[in-house]
Amino acid sequence: MLDVMYFAWVRERIGLPKERVETQAATVMDLVDELRGREERYAAAFADLSALKVAVDQELAEFDAPLKGVREVAFFPPMTGG
Amino acid sequence: MAVRVQEEAFDAGAELNAFSKTGTDVGGIVSFTGLVRDVAGGLDVMEIEHYPAMTERAIAGIVSEAQARWSLADVLVIHRFGKLRAGETIMMVATASKHRADAFAAADFLMDYLKSRAPFWKKETTGEGAAWVESKAEDEDALKRW
Repeated sequence: MLDVMYFAWVRERIGLPKERVETQAATVMDLVDELRGREERYAAAFADLSALKVAVDQELAEFDAPLKGVREVAFFPPMTGG
Repeated sequence: MAVRVQEEAFDAGAELNAFSKTGTDVGGIVSFTGLVRDVAGGLDVMEIEHYPAMTERAIAGIVSEAQARWSLADVLVIHRFGKLRAGETIMMVATASKHRADAFAAADFLMDYLKSRAPFWKKETTGEGAAWVESKAEDEDALKRW
């Protein structure tokens, strides 16, 4: 089980901030492909990965990051702090 | 070193005064205060979303990197989230060092990294509707300076 979190427009497009996902995905990219296959709103949110960033257990990661032992994955657009 | 992520407003002047009461081997303090800027169409509200479980840790990591690169006696970072209006203080950074060059460089570095590596997202609502602020290529390019 994974906690998957969404922020900013990704959260709005998918329509929820967080969900528990039952998955055997080996990498973030595998998880993205699973989510894309679910419903149109997921496919829309994940249409352009160059517009997205991912954090794995609260650390910025790449889309090829492995998910073994991971508890939380978050998807969001590039940050706009400061 | 202090990192605070909060919804409440803060007094940047008072924070700077408190931060300045530091050891006698500090020769200079640099501070930056970020404000909510009004935009075309008139800003009704800026909403800042963040990733609570990650935010303080990410900022602490950025501060650690600054401490590794420059000689710093102390660092302060305060960043707000929630609903803000034009003119309000969003965030501040202050660095204390023996010599000013380290304090200036570290503050500049911290601002560049907070802008695109701390998990905050800004949404602006104007009379024309609401839109997420997009990151700029130049913000990402700014990281390459370091």
